[in-house]
Amino acid sequence: MKLTIASGKGGTGKTTISTNLTSLIADMGKNIVLTDLDVEEPNSALFLQTKLSNTKISNKIVPTWESNDCTLCGKCAKNCNFNAIVAMPNEILIFPELCHSCYACSELCPTNSLLMKPTRIGEIKEFETKNFPFIEGRLDLGQEMAVPLISQSIRYTKEKYKNHIMIFDAPPGTSCPVIEASRGSDFVILVTESTPFGLNDLKLAVETMRVLDKNFGVIINRYGIGEISVEEYCLKENIPIITKVKNDKNIAKLYSKGELIYKQIDHFKNSLDEIITFIGDIKCVK
Amino acid sequence: MKIVFTAQGNEWSSSMDARFGRSEMFVSFDENTNELKIITNNETQEMEHGAGLQTSKKVLDLNPDVIITGNGAGEKALKVLKTSGVKMYIGAGDMTLKEAYEAFKNNKLQLQY
Repeated sequence: MKLTIASGKGGTGKTTISTNLTSLIADMGKNIVLTDLDVEEPNSALFLQTKLSNTKISNKIVPTWESNDCTLCGKCAKNCNFNAIVAMPNEILIFPELCHSCYACSELCPTNSLLMKPTRIGEIKEFETKNFPFIEGRLDLGQEMAVPLISQSIRYTKEKYKNHIMIFDAPPGTSCPVIEASRGSDFVILVTESTPFGLNDLKLAVETMRVLDKNFGVIINRYGIGEISVEEYCLKENIPIITKVKNDKNIAKLYSKGELIYKQIDHFKNSLDEIITFIGDIKCVK
Repeated sequence: MKIVFTAQGNEWSSSMDARFGRSEMFVSFDENTNELKIITNNETQEMEHGAGLQTSKKVLDLNPDVIITGNGAGEKALKVLKTSGVKMYIGAGDMTLKEAYEAFKNNKLQLQY
């Protein structure tokens, strides 16, 4: 089973839910793996005691300019949909950060002057923790393209742990990185909070998941602050509310110390139990 | 000397646009002929990424000696601009075109590169 924890709004508790849920399920003796796909700012590791066990370099394929036969016709720049190539009067400038590795420039170059070569964008690291394997994708500084690394991190997880329950901690937002982190999963949990900001971004996330034709449910975090509009929205839209995690300053205190919450706060563990019961009901889509 | 301004309007009294890559338009002024020319920049408003690069290319096609703008160009745009000998002056984002031109003439603007 592949489960993505996403949110829309940032800071609603994706990582808190991901790390605690994975650890609790591992405590129950299940085979489970957690993968941090927030590759622009991965932080799950902060809450786990980790020991590095494997590192894999992540590359993406980008063009390099071979000037010998180039006539500076500029077709490469015109064909690039991502503004990654600028044809100057005396040279072709390539900006690998913007390249989507579509090969159009290279394939359509009349003089074969653009060769596609791998370039490093980040790392996939695997760690041992006390009770489960943990994988993290981390983009290098200055890299802008999260999707290839997210996709490679998912593939790494699936190849190595295909019989495990896979939990994917997604990046915030509703754009390409979130879509990549969600589209292969059996179920998506959207973590939100009962505030106007939470509701606004939840609606965007729900729209995204509906376009992707994903099954999803909602966790309302910091329940008790703000207002009831998120609940009303979920009821109206027939979206299952998996659990409501009570607003509790002690959770924030443990979080700030990088500690797992469920071991010390009962109502939080009860919420995780509700999630586990809910997950048990999800059918695995092959 | 040919000077290109990032602008929000097409007259000397118009406000400068502090942005380079996504500037609303460009006004080029040729000191030899006193000619003011307007260049629109609508296409970059829609671009998710790489607006600065395309803008740089477009501005260089005008063959200016100097660019006057507000915040300056980003790292990638600078790579394109630096393939030419153009000089970029910044800090004129809150001025009118006329004020920006005078500030440049009186050496009051900061050279970005």
